[in-house]
Amino acid sequence: MSVPRLIGLGWWLQMKMRSRSAFDGALSIVYPIFFATSVFFIYRQGASSSALVAAAVGASVMGVWSAVATTAATSLQSERRQGTLELLVASPTPLPLIVVPITLSMATIGLYSLVATLLWGRFAFGINVSLRHPLAFAVACVVTALSVSVLGFVLAVTAVRYRSAWALGTALELPIWLICGFLVPLSILPHWVRPLSWLIPTTWGVSAVKSAALGGTPWRDIAICLAVAAVYAAIGTILAGRLVDSARINATLSLI
Amino acid sequence: MKASARVFFLGGLMSYRALFTWLSPWILIPTFMVGPIFQILFFAYVGRSAGVGSDSFFLIGNAVQYAAIPCLFAMGNTIDGERYEHTLGLILVSPARRVPLFLGRALPVIINGFVVSLFALTVGALVLGVSLPLSMLPLLAIVLAVSAFACTGLGLVTAGIALRVRETAVVSNVIFGLLLIFCGVNAPLSSLPRWMAVVANWLPLTHGIAAARKIAAGATFADVGSTVAVEVGIGSLYLMIGLVLLRIFEVESRRHATLELG
Repeated sequence: MSVPRLIGLGWWLQMKMRSRSAFDGALSIVYPIFFATSVFFIYRQGASSSALVAAAVGASVMGVWSAVATTAATSLQSERRQGTLELLVASPTPLPLIVVPITLSMATIGLYSLVATLLWGRFAFGINVSLRHPLAFAVACVVTALSVSVLGFVLAVTAVRYRSAWALGTALELPIWLICGFLVPLSILPHWVRPLSWLIPTTWGVSAVKSAALGGTPWRDIAICLAVAAVYAAIGTILAGRLVDSARINATLSLI
Repeated sequence: MKASARVFFLGGLMSYRALFTWLSPWILIPTFMVGPIFQILFFAYVGRSAGVGSDSFFLIGNAVQYAAIPCLFAMGNTIDGERYEHTLGLILVSPARRVPLFLGRALPVIINGFVVSLFALTVGALVLGVSLPLSMLPLLAIVLAVSAFACTGLGLVTAGIALRVRETAVVSNVIFGLLLIFCGVNAPLSSLPRWMAVVANWLPLTHGIAAARKIAAGATFADVGSTVAVEVGIGSLYLMIGLVLLRIFEVESRRHATLELG
């Protein structure tokens, strides 16, 4: 099976499964809206209307990470619990090509959340986001979702030996929202945080989404986002290889 | 009487230790120590970015509200965990009186919620550089304990719902989100639509957060006594509603043989 077909079929199968889960489906869309609503109430008190629009765009992207963080961290644990992890590892397909469609489906659910949050802001708070560069906005959203899914892939592989990986994923949700510039400009964070932010592809994706929506130069950020995500994909692939080798040598895949 | 006391204290403690798997340090540290601090930091920085509120406002609101995580999830797990372990039927056919049985399970949860709030408030204040004079800490501690009690009352309602709904974690997450929006955690009630402020007055945490903010501003217990009393009243109301729901759904599940089906 060709790689694009494998990823496409894997993504579609995972999408169908997640769409039927109240936790992965409905909650992934609704939960970020609670935080977005709080943010709208904060911004509505004093900031200018342009700041409120910027907050609406930033808040809408929060759901993409939200949909991936906890579920990606637990994805391989779930496979282990269902008794399918050994089958996936034993198959001739490289593990990364199996895990990436899983996290890609989560990020796709996150894109639903992005649209839902923008609509919520429009109809519940009257925040009208008129996109400056609609095409660039669409590309930036897809690239951001892609980068988040790669981040999720690395998290999934890293957390495979952590029995309570969901807690790690949940704990990472707010730090990423905070340091990647979803709502808070990097310039007001402590200086030592900024290099950390630059190392995360989502920072560039969020910046591209905001530039495309509010006016700016999104294409450079889109390119950097893709480049950083590619580095993460390489790191994740190496980690996945190490994991499989270690599990085969020690026969520990189903024991953790 | 003695049996009820044993069910209340020993049964509650055993249930908490057995069912609340979040006591593992691998879950406890990220969930109860990292989580609340970053929620406080996130909203404090959003406030700074928007030029609204003060660090103290966001610190107190989110520290008190985060008690909802243990209070809602642990109480929901009182039912969901038993069902998962296939012991729910055994519990409900036992002759143990239901009031001490379920209230006993609530006591460790109240303490857990209180400790989480106190930790979040203390560490959050240190990280943000918010000055909280030591003299006000005993009063604040009382308010945090009352808020945790009130939120556990709502958690008992969640436990009742868990007898009918399988996705307890989803229900708890949704209630957590509603409390975040409605209770004046990050925006004063006066800035919310009127209907939301009316609803907020009937929710746990709203009055606790208001009282804590007044204490931080220098109020005495006499100033906030009535607000704290309202929080106690609301918590007691939810506690009773929870017990009634548990009773109703227990009887229904027996009648329809749906206990394990959720």
